[in-house]
Amino acid sequence: MRNGHRKIARFAFALLATALSTQAFAQNDHGQMQGGKAPADARDPHAYAQGNTLSDGDYSLPGPRQLVLADEHKMFSFKADHLEYATQSDVATFDLQARYGSIYKAFVVKADADMENGRLEHSQLDLLWSSAFSAYFDAQFGASVSHYDNGVDRQFFALGVQGLAPYWFEVNATAYVGSNGHATIVLDAEHEILLTQKLVFQSRVGLTFNSKDERENLLGKGLSSNDFEFRLRYEFTPQFAPYIGITFSNTFDATARLRRSANLSEHDTQWVTGIRLWF
Amino acid sequence: MTEKTQRPLRSLSRRRFVQGLAAGGVLSGLPSITNALRPRESTTHGTASDLYGPEIDLVIGQSPVNFTGVRRMATTINGSLPAPTLRLREGDQVTIRVTNNLDVDTSLHWHGIILPYQMDGIPGISFKGIAPGETFTYQFTLQQSGTYWYHAHSGFQEMTGIYGALIIEPKDGEHIESERDYIVQFSDWTDDDPMRVFSKLRVQSDVYNLSRPSFGDFAQDISDIGFIAAMDKRKMWNEMRMKPTDLADLSSRTLTYLTNGTTPAGNWTAIFKPGERVRLRFINAASNTFYDVRIPGVTLTVVQCDGQDIVPVAVDEFRFGPGETYDVIVQPSQEAHTIFAQTMDRSGFALATLAIRDGLRAAVPSMDPVQWLTMEDMMGAMDHEQADHSAENHALTAQPIVDHSAHIAPAADHSAHVAPAQDHSAHGTPALDHSAHSASVADHSAHTAPATDEHAMHGSDSVLSKPSQSVRHASTEYGPSVDMRVDTPRTNLDNPGIGLRDNSRRVLTLADLRSAKGVLNDTRPPVREIELHLTGNMERYTWSIDGLEFGQSTPVTLHHHERVRVILQNDTMMTHPMHLHGMWSDLENDQGELLVRRHTIPVQPAQRISFLTTPHDLGRWAWHCHLLLHMDSGMFREVVVA
Repeated sequence: MRNGHRKIARFAFALLATALSTQAFAQNDHGQMQGGKAPADARDPHAYAQGNTLSDGDYSLPGPRQLVLADEHKMFSFKADHLEYATQSDVATFDLQARYGSIYKAFVVKADADMENGRLEHSQLDLLWSSAFSAYFDAQFGASVSHYDNGVDRQFFALGVQGLAPYWFEVNATAYVGSNGHATIVLDAEHEILLTQKLVFQSRVGLTFNSKDERENLLGKGLSSNDFEFRLRYEFTPQFAPYIGITFSNTFDATARLRRSANLSEHDTQWVTGIRLWF
Repeated sequence: MTEKTQRPLRSLSRRRFVQGLAAGGVLSGLPSITNALRPRESTTHGTASDLYGPEIDLVIGQSPVNFTGVRRMATTINGSLPAPTLRLREGDQVTIRVTNNLDVDTSLHWHGIILPYQMDGIPGISFKGIAPGETFTYQFTLQQSGTYWYHAHSGFQEMTGIYGALIIEPKDGEHIESERDYIVQFSDWTDDDPMRVFSKLRVQSDVYNLSRPSFGDFAQDISDIGFIAAMDKRKMWNEMRMKPTDLADLSSRTLTYLTNGTTPAGNWTAIFKPGERVRLRFINAASNTFYDVRIPGVTLTVVQCDGQDIVPVAVDEFRFGPGETYDVIVQPSQEAHTIFAQTMDRSGFALATLAIRDGLRAAVPSMDPVQWLTMEDMMGAMDHEQADHSAENHALTAQPIVDHSAHIAPAADHSAHVAPAQDHSAHGTPALDHSAHSASVADHSAHTAPATDEHAMHGSDSVLSKPSQSVRHASTEYGPSVDMRVDTPRTNLDNPGIGLRDNSRRVLTLADLRSAKGVLNDTRPPVREIELHLTGNMERYTWSIDGLEFGQSTPVTLHHHERVRVILQNDTMMTHPMHLHGMWSDLENDQGELLVRRHTIPVQPAQRISFLTTPHDLGRWAWHCHLLLHMDSGMFREVVVA
């Protein structure tokens, strides 16, 4: 059983790594229809201006530039990918993301939390600056705070890549480096299949690696855990969709040993119900 | 697939949304000031009232509307949606006083009208806009005639109701003969706040797409063509992260489609007597909708395009985008005919009825199935021989029907028009006499503009006699703002576009359009070329030119009175109606032959088109995609004529 999980985890890791490395940094094989570098003789988009700008030059209106379109507007969005509850274990889970900024640069807040019996068990808050570096990928960096109800809170510096890989995989790879020299790498990928225009099947895989043991928080060195999650939602509107799902969490090696010694399970399977919403 | 796209219509609420309310329109109980200034009550059919020049007063304010069962505030002119029809005369100096009763700035732009730039009505470019409570006086002399329209150019006010027809009678009287003359103005309405609509697209760009590729399609394809072929069909789309059904940003999920401000359920009706020639002045005043227009059983003889006379051409159907106009002569034969305008994404339709009396209805056709975009919409010409390609695709093409030399009396002999196109082999190459153009192309003495541009240096006329075919992407097309670039664009103009190919109807294409004699009055060859690429990133929902949104751009500077060629290459999968203010866009084919004078040119996916223009009026002008959300996203350039 455990070997099976490891194999799946290795496979998922290989897939994610491939997707990230080939797509984030060296895009596509469709001639050069996407991405790539501008050739040296590429056309200068300002060559036709002949010294005129939007605010100055021939026939410009007096004063500062007045016409500002939506490309210069900053917008706010909020997305709750998961707001769910597992009946058997009485655990509520939140996965929230807020974004404020322009098309390419934004301030992003990511918040994950597990609540058990109404008590905040674990939470993580990432405060990130996000900057687009290719058609489909953003680089993100900032600070992260991890809270453990039965452990020691940690602060990290976070550096990651988030974007859309071919075949519509939403991928995210983030490295968290703590002040104590502890580093964690989190990879996840999400994929959706439209069964109909309203019924959507979402799969998600997540992997966590640690650079060293962190006994207080029951984290061991190496591959510590993976998650496989499957959710089936019905989009009453694109912005509001209740769902049912099942999640599998597995821990490995040192992490699994630490959990065993704390009388906690190494594997966890939960049926969940929840809603997904955004605005 | 038809089944699939129509399924949403079955639910009652959905039907109400798509069809609208029969009594929808501007409600009574308008603010007193607008009431006082209203020339008369709107008619039940939504036909706008007429205001005659040369002096006109317009008041912009808010008034309540109810198209879907929900009361909303619209922005309107004189309390009317569409706005009053302005009837002016060529050669007149007109004075239009516009009072702003909104609590935000407003503006009016006279779409396609040649005038001084200060009168063009673009806040931040031609003037500072009209502040709340202020009255701005537009004054200009009309140098043209035909069917035009006007609309707000501030924020999303155009989308919330500020648009109307502008009809200019020729100074020597109307020369297109007809017994009836109707304006058919299509538009679209959303109950949502347009800025909310926009911000939703930023979060999820397919939020309004009602026909996203689904597992159902995949399963169907597997059973039809096998697993390998079904995977293969999706390979490129999936690898490139693009959707083959990205046909429109907005759909009937949020839009209700209107004819003269009337919902499909309201059934705006135009009355005729059997045997009469009816002129229909089609205006696409929609914010974001391409319409495919036909009247089943009736041949459309297109006589004007963007207000300018063309050599009449008989078709069954035409597609037009926001900003474009087509004048059509029809001779209906039945008691009632449906004017059917389905949207390009097939999510809904606007409709109207031509009938011998009120209250009649004809059958309403079902919508065509949604078609996936093809490789030619993505990669352009690829390896195909273009001529063969277009010939395969379009067995039926429009037929020019009148001897060009005699063209001016288009509707004289209708028996000739109604006859279906018999000789399909002759497609696409109407025997237009180009000698007039080519003769003057040889006359170089006329061009005076100095050769200051780099292109002009090597711009011997032999080089510039045809538009350049070599694709030159901008250096700014390689970053996050651009999701695709086309290296092998197609340059043929005889492709009606996705959803209209091989539909067994004669569909108008750009290749069918020929300006009437005397319209193309500048036959000088171009002295230089300007190449611009239409770009975007659908996933991020951003639209730009050369990969630069408006805020990052610099103006395109043109020399006063120069003859310049503009090449527009579409590096996106959507059709963009490109509207250049202040000067004409004289469309040419890839051989450099001038075809037709336009003010708004639709550029199809992976297409490279070119036009010549003469900037005869100094100043600053706007140039943008007329899909309002694309314009506001930044597919917009300023033009300086100096």
